[in-house]
Amino acid sequence: MGILENSLEENVLTTSVDRLANWARRSSVWPMTFGLACCAIEMMAVGCAHHDLDRFGAGAFRATPRQCDLMIIAGTVTYKMAESIQRLWEQMPDPKYALAMGACATGGGPYYKYGYHVVKGVDRIIPVDIYLPGCPPRPEALMDAIMALQAKIDRDRVIRKRPGQVLEA
Amino acid sequence: MNFDEIADRIEELHQGAVQARVGEPAKDPYLRISSESLVEVMRTLHADRDLAFELLISVTGMDWSTWTPKMPRVKKGDEPLPEPESPVSRYEVVYHLLSVSQNHRLVIKVACADDERPAQPTLTGIYPAADWLERETWDLMGIDFQGHPDLRRILCAEDWVGHPLRKDYEFPTEYHGISAE
Ligand code: SF4
Repeated sequence: MGILENSLEENVLTTSVDRLANWARRSSVWPMTFGLACCAIEMMAVGCAHHDLDRFGAGAFRATPRQCDLMIIAGTVTYKMAESIQRLWEQMPDPKYALAMGACATGGGPYYKYGYHVVKGVDRIIPVDIYLPGCPPRPEALMDAIMALQAKIDRDRVIRKRPGQVLEA
Repeated sequence: MNFDEIADRIEELHQGAVQARVGEPAKDPYLRISSESLVEVMRTLHADRDLAFELLISVTGMDWSTWTPKMPRVKKGDEPLPEPESPVSRYEVVYHLLSVSQNHRLVIKVACADDERPAQPTLTGIYPAADWLERETWDLMGIDFQGHPDLRRILCAEDWVGHPLRKDYEFPTEYHGISAE
């Protein structure tokens, strides 16, 4: 994840650098302007004035994957769409995060049994950081999920190895 | 015009085209037209001054293979509804028409003779709106609209196998490496 990662061995000095880097990443999680179904309406509501996602530094919806840190998969992922999602995900620069919003993106949702065209969980095609249940989740729930993601970013070790991780030569 | 006037008019102009006529008090009156005369009847419905059906609202495919008879429910005190017509063929196509100028509607049903390869003549020459509607009916129900200029899938992916809304459709277990189990 990123060019900084694993560039230094673990020591006292880098913990503060870690915190700085994490603070920077957490405070500017830019999501992608990208919605797939009804859940996207709630995502738009979160971006608007009433809920104001900008308070958490995550309100700058970008129109290109190359400027994004966060992919909110807001809606039903169909097989036809799966390939495009994969491609968009691969176009996003590291560090990147994925948030599966709603029952559909989490596991197929209402289409699990009789949806011949629905991918049964977006985690079958891209790695997901946060799962958000609900059909659709309320805007508050999405804000909570983004805060949970920020807490996760805060725990990240940016330039130290993770426990148990083996450094490449 | 009400349903009976419309039906009379069509029977008068196209003798032998109307196979069945289900009028009031059925909840949803319709005319059953033979497949051979469909295009001619539609042309009349579109062009006739008094009928003037300008809009084709929907094209629907039906698969009757798992149908079981069930009487429609009526409120207490209402007169009983006529028994529903049992299916004529496995597949049929339903057209909903609307006339804005005359403010009347009509439902047309056409049976597909062949159960293996159901087909109907296309209406794209009369109603341009039929283009995508027929593509959708082809995509999901597999009804072949003969003479359609561009009969491709419209909703499913282009390499999709089968027609998902048929009663005997088998769900895919895998698509492009994504498991569907
Ligand atoms: S989870 Fe519910 S609200 Fe969200 S996309 Fe699926 S069906 Fe729509």
